[in-house]
Amino acid sequence: MPDTSTTPAPPEQIRAVPVRHPGRWIASAVIAVLAAMFVHMLATNEVFQWDFMVDNMSSDPVLKGARTTLVMTVLAMAIGILLGIVLAVMRLSANPVVSGAAWVYIWFFRAIPRIVLLFFSASLGALYSTYELGFPFDQQIMDLFGFEGDWRFLSLDGNDIFRGFVAGLLGLTLSEGAYAAEIVRAGIQSVDPGQVEAAQALGMSRGKTMRRIVLPQAMRVIIPPMGNETIAMLKDTSLLIAVPVTNELNFQLRAIGSRTFQVIPMAVASILWYLALASLLMIGQHFLEKRFSRGFGNRETRQQRAARRARDVGSTH
Amino acid sequence: MSSAVGTPAPGAVQPMVKAEGVHKSFGHVEVLKGIDLEVAPREVMCIVGPSGSGKSTFLRCINHLERINAGRLWVNGHLVGYREKGGRLHELRDSEVAAQRRDIGMVFQRFNLFPHMTALENVIEAPIQVKGVRRAEARERGAALLERVGLADRVHNYPNQLSGGQQQRVAIARALAMEPQLMLFDEPTSALDPELVGEVLDVMRGLATDGMTMVVVTHEMGFAREVGDTLVFMDDGVIVESGDPRSVLTDPQHERTRSFLSKVL
Repeated sequence: MPDTSTTPAPPEQIRAVPVRHPGRWIASAVIAVLAAMFVHMLATNEVFQWDFMVDNMSSDPVLKGARTTLVMTVLAMAIGILLGIVLAVMRLSANPVVSGAAWVYIWFFRAIPRIVLLFFSASLGALYSTYELGFPFDQQIMDLFGFEGDWRFLSLDGNDIFRGFVAGLLGLTLSEGAYAAEIVRAGIQSVDPGQVEAAQALGMSRGKTMRRIVLPQAMRVIIPPMGNETIAMLKDTSLLIAVPVTNELNFQLRAIGSRTFQVIPMAVASILWYLALASLLMIGQHFLEKRFSRGFGNRETRQQRAARRARDVGSTH
Repeated sequence: MSSAVGTPAPGAVQPMVKAEGVHKSFGHVEVLKGIDLEVAPREVMCIVGPSGSGKSTFLRCINHLERINAGRLWVNGHLVGYREKGGRLHELRDSEVAAQRRDIGMVFQRFNLFPHMTALENVIEAPIQVKGVRRAEARERGAALLERVGLADRVHNYPNQLSGGQQQRVAIARALAMEPQLMLFDEPTSALDPELVGEVLDVMRGLATDGMTMVVVTHEMGFAREVGDTLVFMDDGVIVESGDPRSVLTDPQHERTRSFLSKVL
């Protein structure tokens, strides 16, 4: 016992017998046994052909396929999100025609499976053999006034453009735009209306208010579901077989598998590739979330840290 | 100054705010039932009244956050939100409304600071984005404004790292950064803990001393008495009584004013 005459005695710390949790130990043991069985299976089953798998999953066509898959994912998401922002702003418009048009778009493209869209976008060359840009109803108008000819300035071969990468990108982007629109709309609506009023009271235009005040705050709400969308898009690039786009990751791995009759090793290779690429995208998401959570956590900013250090240094001298 | 419609006779001082028969309804509910008042340059007008009396709504009409249904409202001689041409009112375009708002600063009850920007970024946002002030210049002026409201050591803090009183002072600095001719305060201390009210009122008192024209919706009767040039008592969408704050507060002429003051004083 310490001397109680000068300082009050510290309270006696409780040393109780903790509650035992036998269930936790049993569960851990069961999981450990299952994990050991799984590893044993991987190590002993000859069908996996690990050497063969490692050699082939880093072969040249597979690497090119992975690049196509990643580029397609990033492009389809980037254009899809831009399309989504436009649609979300349209959807929130006071003009019923504009918001109705956005609603119809979202209704349509969310309902159609991506593989169906990809088949369709690859067949656009069969719908019209040439696609021309020009004045709407130019021939009808010319006919009306008794003139000959048309008013068009760009002509493209339908079978030439709507195939391969472009057809795939078109199908995936149109689909993504519909999903992204709903996510962006939720994000915009999550921002306190007082923010818009404050920006308006400062004389900011609608566009600037949206770009500088609303969207940066909406990003906090938008990024997590958009991360889901990006990973879903990564996986959906395997649907490009419908176009077909053949220089894509899954197709390349399966091609090796069926050519060499080593189906399982190449299926496992596919799993590992998609795991790796999804992990890569998740790292990107982490940094984006950090960027757009500014002012919402209690993290010290770089300037604040610098200011604090400067103060500390000043006080020690 | 321009000679817009409603400009008073030459020689008279043009009021900063002039309201004539201002009406405002939300659906079938008539919130403002004919407001007439004038705020002279450098005047501090405090508007008090029970909640739901329309005082905040009237304040929001002044910078066209709410559209009035009848009457006329001028700020600095310019009709708010409309242009009168050929005997008819034409709605102003969004960009024109935005231009009108540049000269009117507003401070909100809930601060409405931009949470994704630091105190300094909040202050320099509108000068850079709206007025096209150069970044370095805006930062310099912004830092000076934050120093003026006593926050020189908080320039790089985000709003959620500041107390309510500090946030409201940043909000005042943000409004001042646009160099407004008129400041509107919508219950600026109502969301603050009691011990933080004083620091915000001090800043407002300083502004009044510097000659800023201010319209303040408030429940702070002490502030209204000390700083206000005019006190307006509103109830049920009309101005019941107005005049020198000291006389209105000590010797109210109307029963409704008396009954309200007996509850808040």
